[in-house]
Amino acid sequence: MAVTLDDYRTVSPPGSVDILRRMAEKLRSRRVLRINANRTGTGVAEMLERHTPLLQELGVDARWEVMQGGEGFQATCDALYNMLQGEEDRFSDEMLQQFIATNRENAQRLSFDADVVVIHDHQPVPLIDVRPQEGKWVWRCHLDIARPQRKAWAMLRQFLVKYDAAVFSLPKFAQRLPIPQFLIYPSIDPLSDKNRELSEREIGQALDRLGVPRDKPILLQASRFHRFKDPVGVIEAYRIAKKQNDCRLVLAGTPTSDEEGRKLLAEMEEAAANDPEVHILRLPETADIEINALQRAATIVIQKSTREGFGLMVAEAMWKGKPVIGGFAGGITAQLIYEVTGYTVNSVEGCAYRIRTLLNNPELAAKMGKDAREFARWHFLITRNLGDYLALLTTLLR
Amino acid sequence: MRGTRLSGKDGEAKHPFQFMACWELREMLGRRAADVQELLDGLEEVPLDSIYFHTHSYFLRHPYIAGPYPNDFANWAAIQLRDRVLGERLAVIDPFEVGDLEALRNELVTILDDHLSHVGSVPRIVYGELFFFMQSRILAVPAGIRARTLTEFREGLERVDSSAVYFHVLAALTRKGKRRNDFASWIEDGLGLKELAGRVAAINPYATSLEGARKHLVELCESGEQAAR
Repeated sequence: MAVTLDDYRTVSPPGSVDILRRMAEKLRSRRVLRINANRTGTGVAEMLERHTPLLQELGVDARWEVMQGGEGFQATCDALYNMLQGEEDRFSDEMLQQFIATNRENAQRLSFDADVVVIHDHQPVPLIDVRPQEGKWVWRCHLDIARPQRKAWAMLRQFLVKYDAAVFSLPKFAQRLPIPQFLIYPSIDPLSDKNRELSEREIGQALDRLGVPRDKPILLQASRFHRFKDPVGVIEAYRIAKKQNDCRLVLAGTPTSDEEGRKLLAEMEEAAANDPEVHILRLPETADIEINALQRAATIVIQKSTREGFGLMVAEAMWKGKPVIGGFAGGITAQLIYEVTGYTVNSVEGCAYRIRTLLNNPELAAKMGKDAREFARWHFLITRNLGDYLALLTTLLR
Repeated sequence: MRGTRLSGKDGEAKHPFQFMACWELREMLGRRAADVQELLDGLEEVPLDSIYFHTHSYFLRHPYIAGPYPNDFANWAAIQLRDRVLGERLAVIDPFEVGDLEALRNELVTILDDHLSHVGSVPRIVYGELFFFMQSRILAVPAGIRARTLTEFREGLERVDSSAVYFHVLAALTRKGKRRNDFASWIEDGLGLKELAGRVAAINPYATSLEGARKHLVELCESGEQAAR
């Protein structure tokens, strides 16, 4: 059954659903078009899939369109994705021409008849060149573009200056642009499989399937197996903490199939050194219930990233009432209030020290988890995100 | 407790109090600071709306749980810059007492200036995050709750979104020409409860949180209801 806005009353801050309805009154029948690159398989697609029916329920005439393009277009988008996030990559002039040509083809196919057009990420950015006279255009950037490669940014910026506003996920992602730049944190959906309440039975069954006993405190890092998430550092921190506190470590994530992914997995296995209490779980991206169960069964959730976009895995754990130890990176610092909802750490030793702090102080861990859940309720749920969008639309259409 | 009733039937205001909630859309100014000198330069130059964002509306963003200090400047100095002394000095500023935003800017600037004159080198972030100057656009939204009596008012206060407390207490004081918060004005002008209005006007939200201020307000209303029985 489709989720409705009223389903969020029990999980969102009191009165917030009513406020959304009242904010939306002024936007009734306003046409909002949102365009991104994929219908499925990305966080942005997941968010749009959830948002669109809720906006429609609020009376907003919301549409969602997806770009179409061939392999060449995809290759250029991938290169841009890496370069905008500061990675080494390159694109040729031919690739750039194809990128723009594909945008022109999409422009002929799509109707931009809307009061507000929201362009998500870099792939559809050049569509601005065919904007009709009426309607406001917004660029919603979900990427970490704190340090973009200059060539990629210069290419994109020539289009971005024609927009009416830009939206970023963190203040540090804001750029030098002659248009207003707004901040909207991403959000989690508390009613999705990844975050909904699970019964003890469901949690137990999932952990049995994964082969993780619940006989001692569980430390969990549930995140893509990527060097930026520092899984080896988490194993080292576990080793230090384990000298004084008996516990298990679970590293759950999706490995990448490339050479780097294989190398990292080998390093993780070497660091784990056949310790039966270190569980390296290779899960598919669709393992939402398993991740949910692991987070709920964990005593402490760790997200020891050295580099991070927003890091919504932290909000997911906070929503489940868990104290979180996070790396001092990306949006983790926006989610963790130090010593209140968790700890940010800068080293393996710091991570180990905070693991000990929390394992030795279960009351502190419980209080932190409770506060973390409340903080997540106010700041990182989909209802807050919807409210921010309504506020943005209201501001643009004034 | 009961003062001169100015309007309406006994215990009932002629004009109901309409609770307004609000929503904050955050805007980035594109200006940042990596050390105390840059923070000082920014504070001197950013629009007053940015001073407001980092001090007054901090409470709107932290209605239930706050960081160690009650404004963004103090938290940044203490956590990111790791200058606890500066953090403490900035934390103790009470915008409720300082008055208008220009006076608040002046207070912040003089503290930073004084701090710089006493330290050997300019404190700069090493591992921490930059300070990003922001401002907000506050959208007022009717909360759909009205009150004509003190009891209705108290009941409304108990269930309204906490942003309404922000809107009627904190934001009201920074609106042009306002000397007391909206709740106090209505309790005095609408219900004629002068003494209660005085106590409501004296509530300092900066000493607690929005939820703390709400709790205090509800207690004051309850004592007012008891006195009227």
